[in-house]
Amino acid sequence: MIRLEKRPQPSAIWKTVTPLLAVILTIVAGGLMFAALGTDPVAAIRTIFWDPLFHPQYASYSRPQLLVKAGPLILIAIGLSIGFRAGIWNIGAEGQYIIGAITGAGAGLALYPSEAWWIFPMMVAAGALGGWLWAMIPAILKTHFNTNEILVSLLLVYVAENLMASMAVGALRNPEGGGFPGSRNLSQWPAASNPELIAGTGMHWGVMAAFVAVILAYVLMSRHLTGFHIQLAGQAPRAAAFAGVRPERLVVFCLGLSGALAGLAGIFEVTGPAGQLSIDFNVGYGFTAIIVAFLGRLHPAGILLAGLLMALTYIGGELASFTLGIPAAAIQSFQGMLLFFLLAVDVLTNYRIRLGRTEAAT
Amino acid sequence: MYRRVLLSATAALALTGGFAAAQDEPTKVGFVFVGPIGDGGWTYEHNQARLAVEEEYGDAVETVFQESVPEGADAERVLTQMALSGADLIFTTSFGYMDPTINVAQRFPDVKFEHATGYKTAPNVSTYSARFYEGRAVQGLIAGRMTESNRIGYIASFPIPEVVRGINASYLAAKAVNPDVQFNVVWAFTWFDPAKEADAAQALIDQGADVILQHTDSTAPQAAAAEAGDVITFGQASDMAEYAPMPRVSSIIDNWAPYYIERVGDVMDGSWESQQVWYGIDEGMVKIGEISDAVPDDVREEAMALRDAISAGETHPFTGPINRQDGTEWLAEGETADDETLLGMDFYVEGLSGEIPN
Amino acid sequence: MGLSTISPTLLVASLMIAATPILLAALGELVVERAGVLNLGVEGMMITGAICGFAAAVGTGSPALGFVAAAASGAALALVFGFLTQILLSNQVATGLALTLFGLGLSSLLGQGYSGIRPPPTARFDFGPLSDLPFVGRVVFGHDWIVYLSLALTALIWWFLTRSRAGLTLRAVGENHEAAHALGMKVVAIRLCAIAFGGACAGLGGAYLSLVRVPQWTEGMTAGAGWIALAIVVFASWRAWGVLVGAYLFGGVTVLQLNLQAAGVAFPVEYLSMSPYLVTIAVLVLMSARSGRRALGAPACLGKPFHASQ
Repeated sequence: MIRLEKRPQPSAIWKTVTPLLAVILTIVAGGLMFAALGTDPVAAIRTIFWDPLFHPQYASYSRPQLLVKAGPLILIAIGLSIGFRAGIWNIGAEGQYIIGAITGAGAGLALYPSEAWWIFPMMVAAGALGGWLWAMIPAILKTHFNTNEILVSLLLVYVAENLMASMAVGALRNPEGGGFPGSRNLSQWPAASNPELIAGTGMHWGVMAAFVAVILAYVLMSRHLTGFHIQLAGQAPRAAAFAGVRPERLVVFCLGLSGALAGLAGIFEVTGPAGQLSIDFNVGYGFTAIIVAFLGRLHPAGILLAGLLMALTYIGGELASFTLGIPAAAIQSFQGMLLFFLLAVDVLTNYRIRLGRTEAAT
Repeated sequence: MYRRVLLSATAALALTGGFAAAQDEPTKVGFVFVGPIGDGGWTYEHNQARLAVEEEYGDAVETVFQESVPEGADAERVLTQMALSGADLIFTTSFGYMDPTINVAQRFPDVKFEHATGYKTAPNVSTYSARFYEGRAVQGLIAGRMTESNRIGYIASFPIPEVVRGINASYLAAKAVNPDVQFNVVWAFTWFDPAKEADAAQALIDQGADVILQHTDSTAPQAAAAEAGDVITFGQASDMAEYAPMPRVSSIIDNWAPYYIERVGDVMDGSWESQQVWYGIDEGMVKIGEISDAVPDDVREEAMALRDAISAGETHPFTGPINRQDGTEWLAEGETADDETLLGMDFYVEGLSGEIPN
Repeated sequence: MGLSTISPTLLVASLMIAATPILLAALGELVVERAGVLNLGVEGMMITGAICGFAAAVGTGSPALGFVAAAASGAALALVFGFLTQILLSNQVATGLALTLFGLGLSSLLGQGYSGIRPPPTARFDFGPLSDLPFVGRVVFGHDWIVYLSLALTALIWWFLTRSRAGLTLRAVGENHEAAHALGMKVVAIRLCAIAFGGACAGLGGAYLSLVRVPQWTEGMTAGAGWIALAIVVFASWRAWGVLVGAYLFGGVTVLQLNLQAAGVAFPVEYLSMSPYLVTIAVLVLMSARSGRRALGAPACLGKPFHASQ
C-alpha cells in the first residue's frame, strides 16, 4: 500500500527536481506516441526541445522568438497568479487581452496618421485601461451582487470575441484594405508601432513589461502588506478578516490588476508581433497563461521559467511539425502530457511517499 | 549559407540514393495552412493540391506544411522558419497572412511566395485568387429553378467582399430565372463552427427556405437539409459528395492543383515571376461539382450552358442593367462589372433585403 | 419578412436539439462539482467523446454503440484527471485546463481519416400517431432517444442528489470532506466515481454533436460548448432542474438569434451573436442579487484538495 504523508515544509530539493523529472517522463511518453505515429522519437524530441535553442540553422532566429511568444504569457500569468493566490478566479484573461487590444488600437487609430511621440504611450495606457475595465465587470458584479467571477469573466471572453470580429469588419477596418477584415497595420505606422528594441533579440516593450511585472510581483508578494493580505485571504479567509482585509477591495484589486496586465499584453501584441487587429487576433494566450501560472507554482520566478518552457514547446512543436511532418495535433497532445506530468510530480514536493501500512503522522 | 549547406547535404544524399531525377536538389515547397488539413473544406482542398504537386513531380519536389497557423505573429515565425529550412517556394493560403508574407519576403529575396486572396505583391510575392462568384451564379440559377417556396436561405460567414460578391452573384442568377425569388441571409460570423451552421440552416429551413446556399465550410447545413427531406443544398469548398444526390445537388470546388503544379514548375525551370491572378471556371480553379439526378434534365442543361458561357467569356455574372440595393444605378444595360469594383464589393444589389453588417 | 415567419413549434423543437449537448455535459459536471471537484476539462472530454463515438458508430454501424464508446472514452479521460487531482493531489484548475488541451490534441489525432464521412443516422423515437399531434407532436414526441435520455437524466440526477442516500453522501463529501472522512465515507473513491460519471456525460454530449446534431467529424467541432456547460452549472446554482433551464435558455437564445436574422429583423448581427452570453450573465446577476451566498448553492469544498492525513 502506498501512502502519502504531508511534509511539514515543501521539499526544496524536490521543488527543483520535479520539473526535470516531469520533462523526462514526458520525453518517454511522448517518444512512445511519436514512435506509434511512425516518426523517429529521438529526432522528434530533439527538434522540440533542442533545435529551437541550439540548431545551427534555426536557433539564431528561434531563440529570440521564445521571448516574443513567452512575453504575453508571462505578463498575463503574473496578473492571474496574484488573484489565484487570493482565491479570486479570473478565467477570462483572454477577453481582457482582446479588449486591451481593441481599446488601445482604437485610441491610436483615431489619430491616424499623426506622428506625435505620445501616441504609443497613450495607446499602451488605453490598452491597460480597457483590460482593467473589462475585468471590472466581473469584479463589480462580484462585490455588488455576489455573482461568480469565474463564470462572468469566462462568458465575457465570447462577448469580447464577437466585439473584436465586429470591430475588424466595422469601425476599425482598414479603409485602404479593399474591404477585407482587419485594421491598419500598426507595426508599420511608426508612431504606434512596438518594434524590436534591439535587433535580433526579440525584445519588444511587451517583453520588457513582462520582466518588470515579474520583479514587481515578487516585491509585492514578499515585501508588501498587500501581498501579505492576498496570501492570507487565499489561505485563511477568516484570519484575513480579523487582520482587517476587506474582501471587496481585494476582488477589485486582483481582478483589476490581472485585467490591466492582460490588456497590456493585448496592446503590445497588436502593435508589435501581430501588427493588426483581425478576426482571429487572439490565439489563446489568456487561457494558456492560466496553465503557465500554475506550472510556475504561482511564483513570479516560476512563472518566468514556465512561460519560457511553454514557448519552447510551441516553437519546437512548429519545427517538428513541418520538418518531420508530425501532425499539429500530436504536438498539442504532447504539450498536454507535459502539463499532466508537471502537475503529477508536484506531489513529491509537498508529500512524502511511504510504502507499507504506516500510520500517518500528525 | 546554412541553407546551402543543408541543400548540398540533401543533394549528396539524393545522389548516393541513386535518384534519377536528382540532377540537382529537389525543389522544396512549403505550405502554410490556416486550419487543420482535416477540416473537409478550405484547408483540405489546399492540402489536396499539395498532394497533387507531389504526385506530379515525384522526387524532384519535397513539400512541407504547417497546419492551423494563426494569422499574425505566429504566421511570420512559421514562414521565417520555413524559409530558413531551405524552402524555394511557399504558399500562404489565407488572407490574414498578407502582411507576414510581405515582411518575410523582404528578408528572403531568393525565396518565392504565393499568397492566396490578398492584394499586396512584391518582386518575390505573387497573389492568386479564384472567381468563386462564377460558380455562385451557376448555383443561383439551379436554386432559382428548383425552389418551390421561392425562399432561398444563405449562410454567410463574414461581411467581406468575397462573401458579398457570392450573395449578389447567386441572387442575380436566381432572379433572372425566377423573378419571385427571395433571399434570407444569416451572418454566422464564423468560417467554421459546425453546430452554429447547423442551427443557422435549421432556422432558415424552419422559416420556409427550401434551398440553402452556404459560404461556411462544414457539412452541417447539408445534414440539416437531409433531415428536413425536401431541401436542397450545394457543396462548398469541397464537393461534399457524401450528401449527393440529395440534398447536395451540386457544388463549388476550390481546385488549386493546376495552379500549384504550374507555379512549382515555374520555379523549377526558373521562369517564375511575380503576378496577380484571379482565375475562374475557365482556368479550372473553380470547378462545378457534378449536378445530381435530383435536378431535372432541362435545368441541368441550362446550368451547364451557363457554366460554359461563363467559361468561354460570353456571359459575365454581373452584366447590366443592375442597380444597387438603394436603387441607384450600378451597371448600365450591357455593361459588365470591372474587377476593381468586384474586389471591393461592399453593397447588395437591388432586390436583396436586409443590411450588410459593419 | 418579419417575426410572423418564426414558428414557435419549430423554434422550441430546434432549441431542444441545440441545447442537448450542453445539457448532457453540464449534468455530468453538476455531479462532479456537487462532490466538491472542479473539472475544467469538459471541453476536452466532450471532443474526445465526439470522435470516439463517431469512430465507433462508423466502425460498427450502430449509433447506440457509438454513444457507449463516447461515454467510455469520456470517463477514461476524466479518470486521468481524477488520478492526478485525487491521488496525486494536483491543482484542479490547472489539471482541468491541461485536460482540455490534451483532449483537443488527442481527438484530432484519433480523428485523422474520419473527415468527410456520414455517420449512421440516429433514429427518431417512434411514438406512432402521437407525433402527428399539433405542437406537442413535434416538441414532445418528435426527437431522437438521446434527447429523452438527457431529460430522464436530469430527473434522475435531481432525484439522486436530493432524495437518495447515496446522493446525500456525495453532497456531504462536497460540502465538508473532512467531516465526511471522519464519518467513514470514502471521499476519494466517491469523488472518482463522480468524476468518471461527469466524463461519461461530457462524452455523450460530444457524441451528440458528432452523431446527431451536426453530424460529421471535424477537428475542434465542439467550439467552446464545454465552457458553456461549465458556465451553466454555476448559472443553475448547482441544481439539476436549473441546469435544464440554463441549457434550454442558452440554446433558445442561440436559436432565436439565428431565427431573427433569418426573418430579416433589422438588428445588428454582432450584438445578436453576443446575446446568448449577455443574457446568461444578466440572468445570473439577477439570481445572485436576489439570493445570498448560501442560497447560491456552491459546494463548500469545491476545488479544494483532500488528503486523508491532514
